Amino acid sequence: MKILLSLLVTCCTTATVSMAADVLSPVKEAEAERVAVATRASQSVLAVFGPRGEGGGSGVVISPDGYALSNFHVTQACGNAMKCGMADGELYDAVIVGIDPTGDVALLKLLGRDDFPHAPLGDSDQVSVGDWAYVMGNPFLLASDFTPTVTYGIISGTHRYQYPAGTILEYTDCLQTDAAINPGNSGGPLFDSQGRVIGINGRGSFEKRGRVNVGIGYAISINQIKNFLGTLRGGRIADHATLGARVAHDYQGRVVVSDILTHVDAYRRGLRYDDEIVSLAGRTIGSVNEFKNLLGIFPKGWRIPLTYRRDRREQTIHVRLLGLHRAGELEEMVTPQQRQQPDRPSEPPETPEQPQSPEQPEATEVSPVMRGMPEIVREHFASAPGFVNFYFNQVERDRVFSLLRESGAPLMSPGAWEVRGQADERGAFRLLLSDQFAEIELATGMARIDLQGDLMTQLDPPRSGGLLACLGLWRLLHTLPPENWGTLEYAGTAPLPFRSGLWDVLIASRGGAEIRSFVGTEAGTATIDALEFSPELHVDPCEVYLRDYDLIDGLWFPREMEIRVGDEVYDVLRIESVQVLQP
Amino acid sequence: MVRTGTGTRHTARMSVLLACWLLGNPTAWGDVPSPDVLRQVQSKVVKIYGAGGIRGLEPYQTGLLISAEGHILTVWSTVLDTVEITVVLDDGSRHSATLQDTDVSLEMALLKIDASDVPYFDLVEVAEVETGTWVLAFSNLFGVAAGDEPVSVQHGCVSARIDLDARRGVFSTPYRGPVYVVDAIVNNPGAAGGALTDYQGRLVGLLGKELRDARTSLWLNYAIPLTTLQPTLQAMLEGSARPDNPFDQLRPAEPWDLPQTGILLVPDVLDKTPPFVDAVAPESPGRTAGLLPDDLIVYVGEELVTSCQAVRESLAMLDARQPLRMTVMRGDELRQYEIPPQAENRTRE
Repeated sequence: MKILLSLLVTCCTTATVSMAADVLSPVKEAEAERVAVATRASQSVLAVFGPRGEGGGSGVVISPDGYALSNFHVTQACGNAMKCGMADGELYDAVIVGIDPTGDVALLKLLGRDDFPHAPLGDSDQVSVGDWAYVMGNPFLLASDFTPTVTYGIISGTHRYQYPAGTILEYTDCLQTDAAINPGNSGGPLFDSQGRVIGINGRGSFEKRGRVNVGIGYAISINQIKNFLGTLRGGRIADHATLGARVAHDYQGRVVVSDILTHVDAYRRGLRYDDEIVSLAGRTIGSVNEFKNLLGIFPKGWRIPLTYRRDRREQTIHVRLLGLHRAGELEEMVTPQQRQQPDRPSEPPETPEQPQSPEQPEATEVSPVMRGMPEIVREHFASAPGFVNFYFNQVERDRVFSLLRESGAPLMSPGAWEVRGQADERGAFRLLLSDQFAEIELATGMARIDLQGDLMTQLDPPRSGGLLACLGLWRLLHTLPPENWGTLEYAGTAPLPFRSGLWDVLIASRGGAEIRSFVGTEAGTATIDALEFSPELHVDPCEVYLRDYDLIDGLWFPREMEIRVGDEVYDVLRIESVQVLQP
Repeated sequence: MVRTGTGTRHTARMSVLLACWLLGNPTAWGDVPSPDVLRQVQSKVVKIYGAGGIRGLEPYQTGLLISAEGHILTVWSTVLDTVEITVVLDDGSRHSATLQDTDVSLEMALLKIDASDVPYFDLVEVAEVETGTWVLAFSNLFGVAAGDEPVSVQHGCVSARIDLDARRGVFSTPYRGPVYVVDAIVNNPGAAGGALTDYQGRLVGLLGKELRDARTSLWLNYAIPLTTLQPTLQAMLEGSARPDNPFDQLRPAEPWDLPQTGILLVPDVLDKTPPFVDAVAPESPGRTAGLLPDDLIVYVGEELVTSCQAVRESLAMLDARQPLRMTVMRGDELRQYEIPPQAENRTRE
């Protein structure tokens, strides 16, 4: 009996021990994984300071060459040159690249290495309530060795809208978490459980308990930031967008247009008072909040699809979004306050006193804004009106240009182009583009414009919105070096109608008109996939979509060009031959 | 051999305990509560809008659907002090609500909207949880969610289950019962009336109003166990007689009050008027004991008192058949006086 009992006990023991071990090992594994993720992710986290170690916030490096994200309200307090501490204990020089004051985002670049530890970007639209998340940064400026503080929590809400808090900062479509976000955490990353950046922490609901975490913090969603990243990399002050129309709930609870400006794209393309908004950028709109939330994630100037319903019929238009602020308004707002320190906790930062660097002998040509900058920052900074750091606009412009050059070398020669083919509506065509003029012969007639003259008024052929000027400038983009244009800037990235992805956009102006080129890069080759020629601000541009790039007569050229004006197809040119004539 | 046996058995018992504990708390180690559970709970939580909006009083709070016909359990507060109470359900639909019943000692209110077939918390499936259990808090804290936006979710762990009356006068609430203290900051503006659930989505408690410890200035994070509210709530729903206030039994049948002592305090004009003695009636028990005008009452019995209100509350909890001890500050000196029992003299008043 005793033997039996002890046998039984032994059996049970084995069973329970192995059961405990089974339960324990996933627990241990989960813990080990958490530790691994936190350790890896923390390598990319920044403690951001002003040039002399003042101010303070957080940030995260997102590329090996040192591009990093933070909050605008953090970098604004630091100025154009910053010091960033990393988990390795090193302090790096950093320079401001671009800012989004409305969205509270800043892009900076760490200098001095090309192998910075960096974090991958996640997809914030895939985040759901209840997911675990890490917050990392430098709350209360605790870490004197820059090791980030890690807090852990769940996602409490997604697609949250936070009204501007007495400032221009508006948080749209943001993530809400109960992981502790405290002063000093601003600008730091919100990581998902895999260590991917899903947001930039920037705001909490603080009230009577003082400026400390009360279990509710907000992060700007990384998908919104991805939309603005191109503009920011271009050294710009990014602006958010408006449709030029107001929406409200009607008595049936539908979202309808309650007010619309008559000079805006949406009106020109047919949107009217009382039309019901069905979807925006592919997302269905169920409430005014949803509409505001969604509109807030797009930069000014993007063209996005909008579907509206009138008399039970749905219509989709592609609307170019207007800026939320007047030209120059944001610049005015951000310039005079460079040295404010809003994100500083009441206690002095416990960072070791930075030895005051001996005053550098200033070269006489150094502008006041660059005075006191370390040499390495000065090499990466250029001021120009409308830009935070014009140096990076040149970097991006040159990057796109050199890609285009490599892909389309034979087209760079100074000779005129002769293009022949069939137009869907207007029969056989012959297009001639040179430095001086652009000419098209169609079955319906011939048109010619002078490219040296005023392009705002030469909008031939009729009803094309300025097709010849558009194509003429397109050729000049290949032959004319950037220096020879009035302005030729990198505008950031933007989507194209009917296609997914983002294109690099170059904006060039000539003869009073403006042309936007949408440059796509696939497998190392760059192509201009779309053009938008705008003779003036409030007029429908001539849109040309260039498709099916192929070798035509030895030249890398599109097989098809679709010309659209105001959401109507003007014609489709199908190209059969291309020749670069001898000058 | 025998020793080994005992050892093994001991290990076995430990293992069983460990295994049970781990199985009982599978979520303690980072498991995520299932999205289905979260959505289900969110669909039963409503946003309540009412009076307020001035002097730091938020005009909104949270509530819980507890019947398919639209009964809503929430916290009794100034938000409900209006004829126009609006309730917004998880699907974004707006309803005007009527205040059906309140219980001031439990700080609880029952609202009703005209509805049928709405998702609700079944009061039969209410859970009691142990200290150390992982819990979720659902509320519309700071009014973050509007329309059909789901309410916020926070996570935490039950740190303790204690009685809130442990120190009278410390928290300004009439509630004197047990609470779950949580390690997450769940009692924010607008969160009152929200749900505390376990990771399986079972209702555990009702998030209370914001409470601040008067002595330490710390905010309490807590929820009132639903099992405490349940008898009264059931009676409210059925329209039957309320059970006795469970906290009334703590009060003596014949408590002390100020008139018995002959002490008159300064006019109570502030939130926390310091309890200075304004006057003491001649030949009153207070005067006989030695109390004088301008004394600052510091202790009533064992209780530290910081306001006139706290003095009254503390007296009400003391039996008048027992001597009353009071500690006062006179000048910079602490003095203690004892007033003899007065209960038998009550008829005189």
